[in-house]
Amino acid sequence: MTEQVAVIEDELVQQFSDAVVPDSRKGYSGYMVTAEHLIEVATYIRDVMGYDYLSSVTAVDYLPEDKMEVVYHAFKSTGGPALVFKVPVPRENSTVPSLISIYPGVDLQERETWDLLGVRFEGHPDLRRVLLWEGFDGHPLRKDWREPYYEDEGKPFRTRWPEGNAHRIETKNPFGQNVNYPAGFDPDTWIPDGDAALYASLHRFSQNTETEIKTESLVVNMGPQHPSTHGVFRYVVEVEGETIRSLKPVMGYLHRNHEKIGERNTFLQNIPFTDRLDYLSSMSNNFGYVLGVEKLMGVKPPERADYLRVIMAELTRISNHIFAIGMFLNDLGAYFTPALYAIEERELILDIFEAVSGSRMMCNYYRFGGVSRDLPEGTYEKIRKLVFERLPRRIDELDLYLTHNEVIRSRTEGVGVLTPQQAIAYSTCGPVLRASGVPYDIRRADPYSIYDRFDFDVAVFYHGDSYDRYLIRIEEIRQSLRILQQAVRDLPGGPVQEGKPQYQVRVPAGEAYGRVEGPKGELGYYIVANGKPNPWRYHVRAPSYINLTAFETMCVGNKIADTVAILGSIDIVLGELDR
Amino acid sequence: MAKSYDGSGILRGMGVTLKRFIDTYFDDIKWWGKRYYTKEGISHRSSAETRGIFTVQYPEEKLPVPEEFRFTPFLVYDIDENGEQHDRCTSCGICSKVCPPQCIWIVRTNDPKTGRPVPEPAEFYIDVDICMNCGLCAEFCPFDAIKMDHDYELAVYNRQEKNIYNKERLSKPVTYYANIRPANYARETTARAEAAAAKAAKKSAG
Repeated sequence: MTEQVAVIEDELVQQFSDAVVPDSRKGYSGYMVTAEHLIEVATYIRDVMGYDYLSSVTAVDYLPEDKMEVVYHAFKSTGGPALVFKVPVPRENSTVPSLISIYPGVDLQERETWDLLGVRFEGHPDLRRVLLWEGFDGHPLRKDWREPYYEDEGKPFRTRWPEGNAHRIETKNPFGQNVNYPAGFDPDTWIPDGDAALYASLHRFSQNTETEIKTESLVVNMGPQHPSTHGVFRYVVEVEGETIRSLKPVMGYLHRNHEKIGERNTFLQNIPFTDRLDYLSSMSNNFGYVLGVEKLMGVKPPERADYLRVIMAELTRISNHIFAIGMFLNDLGAYFTPALYAIEERELILDIFEAVSGSRMMCNYYRFGGVSRDLPEGTYEKIRKLVFERLPRRIDELDLYLTHNEVIRSRTEGVGVLTPQQAIAYSTCGPVLRASGVPYDIRRADPYSIYDRFDFDVAVFYHGDSYDRYLIRIEEIRQSLRILQQAVRDLPGGPVQEGKPQYQVRVPAGEAYGRVEGPKGELGYYIVANGKPNPWRYHVRAPSYINLTAFETMCVGNKIADTVAILGSIDIVLGELDR
Repeated sequence: MAKSYDGSGILRGMGVTLKRFIDTYFDDIKWWGKRYYTKEGISHRSSAETRGIFTVQYPEEKLPVPEEFRFTPFLVYDIDENGEQHDRCTSCGICSKVCPPQCIWIVRTNDPKTGRPVPEPAEFYIDVDICMNCGLCAEFCPFDAIKMDHDYELAVYNRQEKNIYNKERLSKPVTYYANIRPANYARETTARAEAAAAKAAKKSAG
């Protein structure tokens, strides 16, 4: 392995000796690429070296060194570890060339990086703010930006102890007086021109289409208050008749700057916050974050904790998929009967989570080097009964109930097709990627934890339509049950936490990217530590968010009513999408 | 793919619905009169064996919560043989430091003569509007003084006035704790007794 990496290193550095140097800082890996040569190097990385899947784009503000770094994580769609490359840019007028022509999947991620960190991507066709609004002053993830209810650079705040006379922050720092607007911006007289830019970005596409008969197209706003969008999500569609010609997702209605909160928190305090990302699968969220920090700390959980982690993560996948199927059927118009059948099974899984972790949805169960507590009495039997008896039976029933239903098939077969090439190019992940015929599952492609010990198949379907995205969830539940049956059978005894539990963990300086195959796809955490109790940079690669990059491609050419079904088949959660 | 839309898929699906419909009555008859508004009925309805109606009629019926269930934190006090209350809390401040949303506020007691800290809290506040029910305070308290409550019905009409809980509102006797979390209580009591015995043994040896 080491030799292989060395060879690759030679290859890239030799090829671009004037543009690429290895990142030699302690705790860091990958390469530094100059901004001028980025396009060239990225093309080489994709076409010659075969890293065709650009998973994550973000930036880090190194304020003390007065520079920014744009960080890219590329993978091979056939599996293996990441190739990390970084582009250093000055903090003032930070600009790098956009990679959208090489990896179209960077679209939303580059917009997010511009929005939150103020790095301009030259050549991006639609570089608008994505999570924040036009009246927002500055770029919040820059280290010198302070939030309206700012108290201190990092937690714990000194006001809480030993002289902690309670007060509410809003009484000392009232809202209205603590908000800044950009220069020349008056919120009272402001007329939103953001939507004009949004609609203009639609027309850009439609003008390219030549039609013989002159027709007028219509712009339809779906959401943010629309029951089919699973929360406050909005998309703007341009239709001609009922056929979609162009579509843009609009998000950020639930934005709370999770990453800024995460950088104020200590490492441990972030675990319960990750629960709130994808609130339907909090165990998996914990898992990815904990793996990332453990990479930095260099600790390994004991055997039993590893098994418990896998059991909980797979139960989460089942509960998420079963809920996704139920809600998908809601979107198709089968109002709540299938959803409630699905929710029954999810309920039993949540009961287990409640018994083990203390909470049904906000589990906060994983810890660095283990899990927070062992199974309470009787829970093992409950899990056994569920994974060996009830769930297999109920999944078969759900399959019989829905899979051959003619209405479902006619609404979903051939609708929202994404080809394998598009799926990889748009950096889609999880069930969306695998339903398009790309057998990429991180549990197999880049195994973490103890997944290499279990016998299971990577579910894959080949049509890339909404129906396959439904089928793959049924199949993944079956595979999860296989893993669970092995894990429950082999669950060893012993402690569940490595060493003594600590509330202030020591995390050495460096960077790490922890990623897991979450129920919705690749959930990655990019963490930069500088030896202090709070992470310097904490970035979440949210699968729901990035899967939406391909939403337009799936929808164009279909009817407007199909967007609801297609969105349902992607399975988004707004807590994670807006962060 | 050849599309065969003969309606058999829909019919099979409706068969499933019919089966579940019948199952509902099957369980109701089997548990005649005992399935609703009884403790066994509720726990049967939410178990893996249930076949019929799953729902629980809150607030008339309530699901039993497991021992580890956590809601907001409370403070534990011991009662000695004279009936006096003793806070377990020593105001060490670990809970307020570990708290992710920073909702715990503690005023440490200082000895009026020497000015040095005394191990008991003068004031202890939790802003339950902000508390995210994560349980880290209880997990890391070295004195078993702060624990997570099972009481989840906290609705009030005026959150501005009522939702910063003070020490009096937070304190609950150790008997209450032993009642809601018997296994945890037993484990902690044993551990403390062992630690005390080890300390005594060390003292007599040294």
